[in-house]
Amino acid sequence: MVPGYDRIGEEAGGAELQIHRRLAQMIHARGLGRRYGDKRVLTDVDVDVGAGELLLVTGPNGSGKTTLLRLLAGLIVPTAGELEVAVDRARIGFLGHEPLLYRELTPLENLDLYGRLYRIPERRERIGMLLERFGLWEARREQTGAFSRGMLQRLALCRALLHEPDLLLLDEPFSALDAGGTELLLDELGRASSRTVVVASHLPERLGPIPSARLALGPT
Amino acid sequence: MLLVTGLGLALLWAPEDADQGPSQRIFYIHVPVALTAYACFGWAAWKAFRLLWKGDERADLESYTAVHIGVIFGLLTLVTGSIWAKVSWGVWWTWSERQLVLFLILFLFYSAYFMLRYSTEPGPRRARTSAVYALFGAVLLPVSFLAIRLADQLLHPAPLFNRDGPQMSASMFISFCVCLAAMLTLAGALYLIELTGKRVDARLRELRELLA
Amino acid sequence: MTGYLSDVTALARKDLVVELRSRDTVPAMLLFVVATLVIFHFALPDDSSRLAAAGMLWIALLFTALLALVRSFVAERDEAVIDGLLLAPCDRSAIWLGKTISVFAFLALAEAVALPAFALFYEPVTWELIAGVALANVGIAAVGTLLGAMAAASRARELLLPLLFLPLAIPIVVGGVGATLAEDPGRYLGFLGLYDLIFAILSWASFEYVVTE
Repeated sequence: MVPGYDRIGEEAGGAELQIHRRLAQMIHARGLGRRYGDKRVLTDVDVDVGAGELLLVTGPNGSGKTTLLRLLAGLIVPTAGELEVAVDRARIGFLGHEPLLYRELTPLENLDLYGRLYRIPERRERIGMLLERFGLWEARREQTGAFSRGMLQRLALCRALLHEPDLLLLDEPFSALDAGGTELLLDELGRASSRTVVVASHLPERLGPIPSARLALGPT
Repeated sequence: MLLVTGLGLALLWAPEDADQGPSQRIFYIHVPVALTAYACFGWAAWKAFRLLWKGDERADLESYTAVHIGVIFGLLTLVTGSIWAKVSWGVWWTWSERQLVLFLILFLFYSAYFMLRYSTEPGPRRARTSAVYALFGAVLLPVSFLAIRLADQLLHPAPLFNRDGPQMSASMFISFCVCLAAMLTLAGALYLIELTGKRVDARLRELRELLA
Repeated sequence: MTGYLSDVTALARKDLVVELRSRDTVPAMLLFVVATLVIFHFALPDDSSRLAAAGMLWIALLFTALLALVRSFVAERDEAVIDGLLLAPCDRSAIWLGKTISVFAFLALAEAVALPAFALFYEPVTWELIAGVALANVGIAAVGTLLGAMAAASRARELLLPLLFLPLAIPIVVGGVGATLAEDPGRYLGFLGLYDLIFAILSWASFEYVVTE
């Protein structure tokens, strides 16, 4: 089954599409595919995402959403097709299934490590501001091993946003987030318009009207 | 493959050896087999290097096949060396024969290569990981050689160079060269057969997948 | 260059803090190495030569090092934290160097207990032995960290590492035992230094290939 791809506003043929056309291309993929050993997890996907767009990737479990995002992040390479991402990995923010944090370290220490690796100017201020915004400031000196899933997800979001990425890849960002966390995330997504975002979710209604494009992956 | 019969000829023609008697004849098999194994490991490392440097994906199977053949010849070296030791010194194994010890280390090393390959998911990453390990093998070879020398000196001090240059007669040398050529050809033929087999296998899997 | 070094420092310090908090590896290494030294007493006849004692020490050190190496990528492998490091813009070899430094520190800690214990139970510890151990640590940490990353990505994981590592460690044992016993330890120390140099460069250059796709 070939995944369908449509751009909101396309049928209207209106001004919105024109705007997208003029934007610089952020992601360009043709016939993208990936298999693990003999198992194909993603087949023949075409995607174009312009800078500043928000692409929502939907599909049932096992349709390859996670694989697509890992491909876009450069964590894995495609086994078929071509893929171009306009920014290098220093400008990509990635939120995966795992929080990618050290359990033995505190939120401050975790973010400080990443802050150093990403060479963020005024690291402390940025980290403090993010922890404050995501309601983790009180817990900043506790080991993350004791955190709940929801708190880990918030901290992982801080990690992904830390270096103010130009391309933000979010894999099931709403999982384990409570109403407050969801609110914060939606607030963040509505905020910077120059940032390109790709969200994979099986709960598209959570995003409301924000997405500017959709990609529906079918079962492979 | 015809050269393999040449090997038999060389064996029958050459037996004009000096003091060691017929046991010396195994030398014509043992040493060429060992040199061929080195050549295979060297080839594997070269292909591994090509894979890492140029991203040549076909080099993965080539390097793997070369290791495969190299291990077979390495095992053969151990067996013939063991027979030689039995005939010459009356024991199946002697630690004083450096080449044999080196082959034991290499055998262990390249067996681990297979373990590594079998327990990693197929894909570009396995290709590169195997390539790195094969490359390590090529570096380990001279380092181990040096290590064995150093260990020998520590355990039973002896002059460093106890074997000086070729003291073979012309006919012996010619037989030796023919044997070496035969072994290299045999290894090359096996390599090509095995490589074709592995390629066909990989192609088949791809086709089956396309059909599925 | 300073950027690279600050990445390495941040990564190595992170490993040390993680170990300080979890105390998973170093205490186990200390217990293991002392227990091994005790066991060797019962495995060796009383009139064993110095040679046997030195060999035994090196076996104990090598197997203790395996504990550290097997654990070296556990924090990164569990919950895929390695992905986070790979996504960061730092040079991948910095990850290797940071890890190598922390493994070296763990080995040195274990040896700070093992060598006095060896002196107490068996033979006095010489400066040559200490130099040999320090040089051997470099090689073990450098090669072991690379192989640890390979093993962590495989299905066999912990099982695979000793198989990959031990053939490569044979020259280290030769150099180490030689440095401990030979009348001219210089050439054995030199050999260890050569081993360190060659394999450290090789591991440094090839780490990226084994952790990325």
